[in-house]
Amino acid sequence: MAPAGPPAIEMLGIVKRFPGVVANDGITFVVEPGEIHALLGENGAGKSTLMNVLFGLYHPDEGEIRVAGRPVRFHGPRDAVDAGLGMVHQHFMLIPRFTVAENVVLGSEGTGVRLDRAAAARRVGELAERYGLRVDPTATVGDLPVGVQQRVEILRALYQGGRTLILDEPTALLTPQEVEDLYAILNRLREGGSTIVFITHKLREVAAVSDRVTVIRRGRTIGTRQTSETTADELAELMVGREVNLRVERPPATPGEPVLTAEGLEVTGTRGEAALRGLSLAVRRGEIVGICGVEGNGQAELVETIAGLRRPERGRVTLAGREVTGQNPEAIRQVGLAYIPEDRHGRGLVLPFSLTENVLLGNVDHPPFSHGGRIDYPATAALTERLMAAFDVRAPSAATPAAALSGGNQQKLICARELHREPELVLAVQPTRGLDVGAIEFVHKQLVAERDKGRGVLLVSFDLDEILDLSDRILVIFGGRIVGEFASGGVSRTELGLLMGGKDKTGETGEGVGVDEHVRVA
Amino acid sequence: MDAIVGFFSVALLTATLRSAAPLVFAAMGGLLSERSGVTNIALEGLMLLGAFAAAAGAWFTGNALLGLLVGVLAGMLGAVVFGLWAIGLRADQIVAGTAINLLGLGLTAFLVQRIWNQAGGSPSVARLPSFEVGGSTLNVLVPLAFLAVPVVHWVLFKTTGGLRLMAAGESPRAAESVGIDVPRYRYAAVLASGLLAGLGGAYLSIGDLSQFTTNMTAGRGFIALAAVIFGNWTPLGTLGAALLFGFAQALRFQVQALNWPIPQDLLIALPYLVTLLAVTGLVRNSQPPAGLGKHATSD
Repeated sequence: MAPAGPPAIEMLGIVKRFPGVVANDGITFVVEPGEIHALLGENGAGKSTLMNVLFGLYHPDEGEIRVAGRPVRFHGPRDAVDAGLGMVHQHFMLIPRFTVAENVVLGSEGTGVRLDRAAAARRVGELAERYGLRVDPTATVGDLPVGVQQRVEILRALYQGGRTLILDEPTALLTPQEVEDLYAILNRLREGGSTIVFITHKLREVAAVSDRVTVIRRGRTIGTRQTSETTADELAELMVGREVNLRVERPPATPGEPVLTAEGLEVTGTRGEAALRGLSLAVRRGEIVGICGVEGNGQAELVETIAGLRRPERGRVTLAGREVTGQNPEAIRQVGLAYIPEDRHGRGLVLPFSLTENVLLGNVDHPPFSHGGRIDYPATAALTERLMAAFDVRAPSAATPAAALSGGNQQKLICARELHREPELVLAVQPTRGLDVGAIEFVHKQLVAERDKGRGVLLVSFDLDEILDLSDRILVIFGGRIVGEFASGGVSRTELGLLMGGKDKTGETGEGVGVDEHVRVA
Repeated sequence: MDAIVGFFSVALLTATLRSAAPLVFAAMGGLLSERSGVTNIALEGLMLLGAFAAAAGAWFTGNALLGLLVGVLAGMLGAVVFGLWAIGLRADQIVAGTAINLLGLGLTAFLVQRIWNQAGGSPSVARLPSFEVGGSTLNVLVPLAFLAVPVVHWVLFKTTGGLRLMAAGESPRAAESVGIDVPRYRYAAVLASGLLAGLGGAYLSIGDLSQFTTNMTAGRGFIALAAVIFGNWTPLGTLGAALLFGFAQALRFQVQALNWPIPQDLLIALPYLVTLLAVTGLVRNSQPPAGLGKHATSD
């Protein structure tokens, strides 16, 4: 991989300050032409800021940018695109109601007032063919699976003349199979002469796809390595700044009787579709059950049904031996549900409220929080401070608004509120999304600790690694049903990936019924 | 039997076209604006400004065509003010639209008083030419209104500008990421909606009548917006909805003419009832532009 000519991208000594924060503190990042270069860093390390600087969305306070050897000063994404850079966004910048071809040509339709859709579709089809990106140019983007939508983004970057593609956390929403497809596409693109920057916080992906890797931490470049000459442990240490234990300490589970059961749940989704189609599952005391699946296969509806936020058409839910089907969230919490929701900001917290007020949420009608309808603020504040100490919530005081906390500290506050009530079942949905490694470790330890206290833990996550690391038992959800069940360590990523994509080795459609048989036997 | 045959007459058809035409103008404007991502409840105020200015223009010049020009310009001027607030200053689009509506109502009533020194409306002014169809007269703006529909359809779906305008309305962020100047397309769409609403207003004062009366739009701007929603944000669907609402208005005159024993109040309320029913009952499956009301991110 000898460099042919000047580097594709040189970002030298980039400094970008925001009020109170230095997001990029002298970052140097050099990408050679024709390589796949991973940019590794934790959430908040400054990766996004750096890319926004590269694409002209932010102007750097200091530093120099060169593209193919030439100094550049971009005033917006269009300038970067014109210089041959292409961005594949983490949250796709696609218009669901437009066709593939419309999305690809948008902004680069060519001259003339008239839009020739047929010609556009033809050009896009030819381009897709050339790079082996299977996609129908006339399909509506909103109807396509996430992995194919990502191909549309790649295709657009190529169509716009991108020679250097930047992929921002490109695997975040993909199934394992789609990830493999993506790796293959990237390798083909590299063989075709493209340069690729692969932004990630996942070590596995660095090893799987990159030639070189640059690690950044707290806005500074920590180092660049040949991927073949480094190890996951070294990279983890560079990324976090201390030695990290990548594996979750998890002694074998000793499950007891079921604490949560769901039987034959049929639930209608927000758009009137059948979201759960006869789903059954059971969680026993003292075990962590992980539900893995591609987003949109009924996870949200399952969680909402258990939490009492959605009423099932059919089926029943029991918690700690009591039927709670269709009861309101407050009643279910009283029976013993702790709910760590996916959306910290929407459902977990009221951001402008203080930490004390946030601890009150869901507890306000009960001692010691209130007596006879009067809120006991001193007692709540004292409890909040104890919880902050116990759960390592770093904030100036209990009166600080929740909005002022980092994501990790917000999540710790939610854990503190939910877990201090000694629940029967912990329902944790994407509990570590967007957190740094330290906070992830903390949350994972809490979940294992709850399990070891004999509580049931139901973990719903789109992060397969999290599921594999934490679960004693893994359930695969697809199309509103549980289509597979495995003991911890009894299944490969590939096998899970196939089931998550709706494919069964036997060619049979998985049925929820029967899957939890051995739970009942146990 | 004769009564029923007599009921569905050419007169009813032309009355429907006459009632629908101003709705079609305003609705086409609303459609463009909404498709670009700007909720345009200012249509009512823009129509009223257009109606007043057209009458005033016709009165001062004695020429209805010049009046029409003044009416259109007034609609566009109102749209510029609305656009500066709702796009340029990133105000809430509903609040900005409400302000324009209140401005339209208050300013026109005030100017009526100042110019003609009387309340309630203008004196009789010059009127746009009209032609005869099957015994009924239609003014020259009627065919123009229906011509606007294919034109808007063509602009939206057959031009690159239309694709970009719809992109701005579906996802301003995605549009910006490919270098589209979202505010520019939104200003253009809002300006076009001012032009079209101005035509709709002028239609009322110097096309259908030859006089401006206070609040003569009587909610037609809102009904036009309802037609956009009921028409699922497509030009042809919107045309259909505008014709339906126009028909509901035309029914009133027809029933009155035939002396049917239906309460007058109910007939007056009918267009509004139909609008309400259409918007509440039948729009469950409609799909508004995904970026409606969302501001562009660039500063």
